[in-house]
Formats: sequence, structure tokens, C-alpha cells
Amino acid sequence: MGKLVIDQKKVSQEVADKLIKLCPFGGFEYDGKILGFTAGCRVCKLCVRKGPEDVVKFVEDDLAESPKINKDEWKGVTVFIEHDETKVHPVAFELIGKAQELAQKTNQEVLAVLIASNEQAKDFEKQILSYGVDKLYIYAHDLFTRFLIEPYTAAMEDFINKIKPNTVLYGGTALGRSFAPRVAARFKTGLTADCTVLDMKENGDLVQIRPAFGGNVMAQIITPSHRPQMATVRYKMFRKKDSVEPHGKTIYMDVDNIDLTSRIQLLDIFQKPKSADISEADVIVACGRIFKTPEDLAMAEELAQLLGGIVAVTRPLVEEGIKDAKYQIGLSGRTVSPKLIINLGISGAVQYTAGMNSSETIISINKDPNASIFGVSHYGIVGDVFEIVPELIKKLKTERKMG
Amino acid sequence: MKIVVCIKQVPGTSQVQIDPVTGVLIRDGRNAKMNPYDLYGLETALRLKEEQGGTITTIAMGPPPALEVLKESLWMGCDKGVLVSDRKFGGADVVATSYTLAQAIKKQGEFDLIICGKQTTDGDTAQVGPEIAENLGIPHVAYVEKILEVKEESIVVRSLLDDVTIVSEVKLPCLFTIEKGFVTPRLPSYKRGRELGNVEIPVITFTDLEDQNEKHFGLKGSPTQVERMFAPEKNTSHTKITGTKEQIVEGIMNALTERKLV
Repeated sequence: MGKLVIDQKKVSQEVADKLIKLCPFGGFEYDGKILGFTAGCRVCKLCVRKGPEDVVKFVEDDLAESPKINKDEWKGVTVFIEHDETKVHPVAFELIGKAQELAQKTNQEVLAVLIASNEQAKDFEKQILSYGVDKLYIYAHDLFTRFLIEPYTAAMEDFINKIKPNTVLYGGTALGRSFAPRVAARFKTGLTADCTVLDMKENGDLVQIRPAFGGNVMAQIITPSHRPQMATVRYKMFRKKDSVEPHGKTIYMDVDNIDLTSRIQLLDIFQKPKSADISEADVIVACGRIFKTPEDLAMAEELAQLLGGIVAVTRPLVEEGIKDAKYQIGLSGRTVSPKLIINLGISGAVQYTAGMNSSETIISINKDPNASIFGVSHYGIVGDVFEIVPELIKKLKTERKMG
Repeated sequence: MKIVVCIKQVPGTSQVQIDPVTGVLIRDGRNAKMNPYDLYGLETALRLKEEQGGTITTIAMGPPPALEVLKESLWMGCDKGVLVSDRKFGGADVVATSYTLAQAIKKQGEFDLIICGKQTTDGDTAQVGPEIAENLGIPHVAYVEKILEVKEESIVVRSLLDDVTIVSEVKLPCLFTIEKGFVTPRLPSYKRGRELGNVEIPVITFTDLEDQNEKHFGLKGSPTQVERMFAPEKNTSHTKITGTKEQIVEGIMNALTERKLV
């Protein structure tokens, strides 16, 4: 923690112009006399590192001023177990695998917290333990059958106060993205959304990496003076580990003193009509901005059909209304990790690649030899999609006839 | 019904890149626009106002240029815009941002409903809405697609939760984040803009807030820290398939066969 300080004696029109030009956030203002910061400043310290020398300095706060926590009191890498009425969401098992890696590095235990009905708890318990959890904490009450933001937050609050976990990981699902911030705000602690990489320092600080500014920049984020540290991770971002012989124990937590008041009442829940789900597909043909109309997509649909797959798209195609949002790959859409993905005319912004780079085989066709999509691909083809794909379709059809 | 809508000014383009050599952020132009997801929040609020009567206050936090999105909201039909802006708010993460906005909302007096877009296009976290609700001690529903019924003390909404749709009744006051695509946002009206003229937009600064502890705002009030920013690693080790289009197709077929995909 600290603040930026400007040495006004070194400020001239020229210096001010340089800094204003340098700052990507419009963080400076100059009235001809005094150079000041605007609210746009994000304290990225770019002006300190790259600006005219010694004009802007970063001054560390006195340590006495920073909040103090005893990090040793906060132990255990925890996974929040999301579930619906009948089953645990598989993202929880992916997160348990990641929690094991983090816990091993820092000699901590892997904890899981399940907020559910008594019946669900019995149903889910064994399965959760079989992914290698050391301790499973259960809050069981019939009111917990379905997600209710206030009682769930109350249960999580109780868990954090009593167990003092180092970290809590949530699936970046609609539920997780609604629940985790509620808990984070209650504890005024950091929460990093949609992490693509998680690691842990020796002192237990969680290293969280995620794409920033919706584009081609990665940010590494830490929560140095607060506990618990919290992060959400999209479904299919990490691979689920194989289940093992359970060794952990289950601890039922007292729910009598938990405030179960809910100002939200569920009136009706209905399943959305099942449609093809891109995150479950084995083969995906992904289409980028070069596809301008739904008719353009016919070629991709044919290729996908021949390969036993499904067509997915990037954000611009959804915004243009060419394909429904449920077919969108990327951080603002779905995360996928199929056996095969063929990228057609996709440039490869991080927003997109973060949603597919764990796919087993990645083939990309793009006109631009410098497209960043090639950076995450196993096979790269520089060429015209509209020439190569029809040829490939022809070939696949011939093979099929012969086969 | 008294509605508060939180809006944000975001960069007009997401083409921010990092120079791999100097590590400097390169941002294409400075043109900024209203966060597109907020338009659905505004439209939802405006329709509620048309049906139920009441007022809409829009609140934006950011540097002075963010006045533009507040003006835009007034031209669309909102009644009052408030800018929350102070150097002390700079460097705020989700916790500090939502706390500051909650403080600013409290300054506006009683309210029935707070509406946010489901997320922003620059941060993409979708966290600020729920954190505002927690700071104000009110319930929230995320990803609301339709307001079904407004009752005396509650409101019935339909919301999305991955593969289920939920209908729930929520006691007022409460906060909703609005899913995109279920209403078509109206455009700002030039006629209304002319009528409003050069309207003054009040600015709330740190000294206007109830909480006068600087440590709760801006960088100081932010538990998360950006340790570094970097360009994503590029793996250049991929196999290049080249040649005529027949050769390329042959190459793709070989790759598919080798990996047992056909």
C-alpha cells in the first residue's frame, strides 16, 4: 500500500504533456501550474517506471498503517461445493484438484464446504471426499436445498469465522458469481473473478492471474493483507483429477445459530430447454468475425457435422445477432476444453483464448500470420478459411464414402 | 418507485495491448462509451418508471469525463445524474468501488430499487452489483431477465441461473443486475437533450460521504493489488501446415488421423 506523489518543482508543460500522453487511464490533469491526478488513476505506477525521471514517485505507507493480520491463523484451501437439487456441479471437483496443488505447496489441508439439505448432504458426501478432500464441513438444513443468497451467505460467514480458511475458491458459474461477491463484501476481502491461473506463494498468498481490460493483457493479482483470499474460476478451466480412495472426514456444523431469514422467496424453478451445450462437446468448429451472416456459418456447420461436433462463435458474432450467446466461447461466454477445436478466422484475444486453451487439439486457420491465435494452437494454417474449409469438407466426405 | 441505476463509462475499444519489450500499456485512442450492459439496466428502469411512476437517479463513479454517460442517461429519460469522483477514489478494486458507490447511494436518501448491468466490458467481473447490495444490507438477484410484477412491498422477477430459470419474489428495497438481450434499450432523445439544455450534474466527492475514513476508499481500501501486468505468453512451437490448399487439407487430415480424431 502507498500513494503516488508528484514533485511539482519538476513539472513543466512538456513534462505534463508526456505524462498525460503516457497514462492509459487519463489519470493526470494539468492546469498550467499544478499537475494533479484525476479519479482515473489506477495507481499502476506506469508513470513512475516509464515517465520523466523522478517526477512521480511511489511512497510506501508506514507499515503501522497497513492492516495487520496473522497469516498463520488462516489455514486451509477451501472449495465451495456448488450443487443443484440432485447433484454437485462438476466445477467443484475441478477446484478440489487445484486446491490440492496449492495446499501441497504450502503444507495446508484441502477443505470443502457444503451448504445443503440433510438428504443432499448424505448423497453428496462420499463423492466429494473421493476427490481427495481432507475435511468436509457441512451445513445441513432443508432451507439449503436450493440456493438462497442470504442464508447461504450466513452459513459461509459462520464457516469463515470459525474455521479461518486461507483461501475460498468458487466456481465461476452464475451462482458462484452472485454468491462469492456477497461473501467478499461481508468480510471486506479481495475476490478475483475468472482466474485462469492460480498459484500460491510460500507465505500463503494466493497468486491469481486473469485477463484484464477484456483484451490482450494479463494481470497478476494478490490479496496481501486480508484473509480469506477468494477467487472464482470458470467451469472447465482446470482439469478434474481422478477420484481416489477417500481419506478425509466429515464435520457437521451447528446450524441453530445461523440466521436463516430470506427476503427472497423462490416461487418457481424451471429447467431451460436442453440445447446443445458447447462446454460438453468433444469437437468444436469455432467461427470468428470473418463470418458475417448466418449463411456464412453453413460451411462451418457442415464441417462440424462431419466431425461429429458443434459450431461455436466469438463475441462479435453474438453481438451481431448471428448466433445465440450460449454458443459463445470466451470469458464472457463459455469455457470449453474439447478433444478438438478448429478456429476459423479467429484472431485470438485473451478474452477468447482463455475460454478454450485447455482444449486437447487446437487447429487454427487465419489469414494473418501474426494472429495471436497461433500462439495457443497446436497446428497453424495461414490461409483463407473460405478456400480451405470447403476443400476439407470435400476431403472428409470422400474419406467417409471410402471408409 | 424510487430507482437508482449504477452506470459506468468504459473504454470504447477493448484493444488494449502491452508492448512486450517495454511493458507499457498501449491503449487505442481514448474514446469512451457507456458500458453496453448498463443500457439494459437503464431500459428496465425506464419501463418500470413508465408503468409505476417514480424517479430514476443514475450514478457513475469515475473521472470527470464520465459525466458524458450520466448526460446520456438523462437524454434517455432518467431524472437525475450524480457523478462520484475524487482523486481519493483512484485505484479502487471491487471492494472499494462497491463501498464507495454504496456510500454515494445512501446520500441520495430512501430508495426502493437499485439496478446494475450484469457486468462491465472492461472489468468483466460482475461483482460490483452484489457487493453494493451487501454493503447496503439489501437482498440482490443477479441476471434478472424480466420484472414480472411489482407489489406494494415486493417485486417478482425472473432470473437466469445457468441452466435453470428462477421466479422469485424479493422484498423491497433490493438490487438487481440485469441480463442483456431481453429488452431493447432506447436511444438517447435529442429532443429531450435540447429541452434539458446544459444540465448541471452534481459531483459527490470524498468529503460528501458519511464515512470519512480515507482507508476505506481508493487504493487504500482495496484488498487486492495488481502485482504485475504482462502480455500473455506466446507459444510459437505449433506445427505450421503450409502449401497449396490441397496440401494444407492433406496436412490437416494427417493431423486429425495422428491424433485419432477421424
